Amino acid sequence: MIEIKDLVKVYETKKGRVTGVDQVSLKVEKGEIFGIVGYSGAGKSSLIRCLNLLETPTSGEIKIDGLSLTSLGKKELRQARLKIGMIFQHFHLVSSKTVYENIAFALKAAHKTKSEIDARVKELLDMVGLTDKRDVYPSQLSGGQKQRVGIARALANNPSVLLCDEATSALDPSTTKSILSLLKKINKELGLTIVLITHEMEVVKDICDRMAVMQDGKVIEEGKVYDLFSNPQQPLTKDFINSILQFELPEKLLKERNGKIIKIYFQGSIAEESVISDVFQQFKVKGNILHGKIEYIQETPLGIFVMELTGSPLEIERAIHYITDRTRNLEVIRDAA
Amino acid sequence: MQLDSLLSILPELNKAFFETIYMVGISIVIAIVVGLPTGVLLFVTDKGLFMENTAFKNIVGFIVNMVRSIPFIILLIALLPLANLITGTTIGPTAASVSLSVAAIPFFARMVEQSLREIDKGVIEAAVAVGASPWMIIKDVLVPEAKPGIVQGITITVISLVAYSAMAGIVGGGGVGDLAIRFGYYRYDNTVMFTTVIILICLVQIFQFAGDRIARLVDKR
Repeated sequence: MIEIKDLVKVYETKKGRVTGVDQVSLKVEKGEIFGIVGYSGAGKSSLIRCLNLLETPTSGEIKIDGLSLTSLGKKELRQARLKIGMIFQHFHLVSSKTVYENIAFALKAAHKTKSEIDARVKELLDMVGLTDKRDVYPSQLSGGQKQRVGIARALANNPSVLLCDEATSALDPSTTKSILSLLKKINKELGLTIVLITHEMEVVKDICDRMAVMQDGKVIEEGKVYDLFSNPQQPLTKDFINSILQFELPEKLLKERNGKIIKIYFQGSIAEESVISDVFQQFKVKGNILHGKIEYIQETPLGIFVMELTGSPLEIERAIHYITDRTRNLEVIRDAA
Repeated sequence: MQLDSLLSILPELNKAFFETIYMVGISIVIAIVVGLPTGVLLFVTDKGLFMENTAFKNIVGFIVNMVRSIPFIILLIALLPLANLITGTTIGPTAASVSLSVAAIPFFARMVEQSLREIDKGVIEAAVAVGASPWMIIKDVLVPEAKPGIVQGITITVISLVAYSAMAGIVGGGGVGDLAIRFGYYRYDNTVMFTTVIILICLVQIFQFAGDRIARLVDKR
């Protein structure tokens, strides 16, 4: 669906050349929601803006639906952009035009007739739930409503791809939820491929199928959201995941404990098994849960527990061996004091 | 006595008033017709915009600056051959309108460029991302978004034209300002001078008031 090959974007600034995107290659499948996370300055914004050539890549290739955008002329590129919707952090609506006119603009760009525009705008307003705001100016709308207009405008010409540039970063948490569920609904009903960039892991956790983590212009880790959450490899990915799972143990607590402290990940169906109670029945160890949480990532549970094990070293070893065997994911945070 | 002198020039004053309106009217129309597209072009050919063209921008920018740097009184005289070519005469308000227009075009073009610069770049980008043509972006995004600023620009240009038109007397352009100079200043007739100046003040106040009102009316932000 979307193929990014060896994409490089270099900016010429007063301080010299800055590489925004550094040799990025990614593939996004049809109908999936793909999230790109990274701190600001990681290059994710440059990357997504290269996807519809708002930024001209320095080198590399971008293919959408088999069409190589980087080789198109101006007119063909405009034609291609009709099929690539984009929404923005600050909505970017035309303030001197009503909701209707803002959406109609996209349809005019596709040379639709007046009656076609009327019918389509009605459909779109219905889809985003703003039928009653048809003739209102953007200044009279809330942030969430503005983003809905942005979404309607982006979807006007039935695009195959929707690019979301920090689309929920300027919204409050409950509005974010409602916009995300709208995106999810659109993705399911229209089979639309969505690429989004964000610094909020919540967003990725809630709606993305796959994700990539960017740092210094490079993609450092990529995979299914669930896999990255349950088994992150890179320190930055771990950072991001910790930011949402919040598994920091207080120093004081660690000092007071003298048993072995382990962290166990229960993935998928294992989360529903009785691993812990089996351990206590089979081995002479005592367990003490210090921290724990079960997250549901796209309806698949991911359980994470931090436990202190006490007992004879041999029994503890055997218990750890047993848990590792069953969960395949155990991390010793600290050995017994 | 003083009232007499005022009464005696009343027909002249009436004529001068309409001459001023005539010159300013013609010049502002031409300034808008030529200056608006020029201002838009200066903006859209800027670096990073959808019709980026540095060479074009530099050339047009240079011409605009050049015309703007010439003192109006010199421009007025220097453009007499052009006025003759266009209007067939070098005297009278119509001839003076040629120089006034030439002075107003670059002035207004810069005003337009300035008000376009105040548009959020993201809004323009969103229009590009939608696949709109440059003409559509100009017509449906840039001009509507900058409309309050453009209206303010028209107001300021009109007021400058009123002031410039006072010099039109040099080429027999007439107008209220010319009357103030001829009767009031040269003949030491204070009554006429004050009267004409008060008329000019009122004129400027009315233009500014109307301009502000319209600018507010078209502002949807």
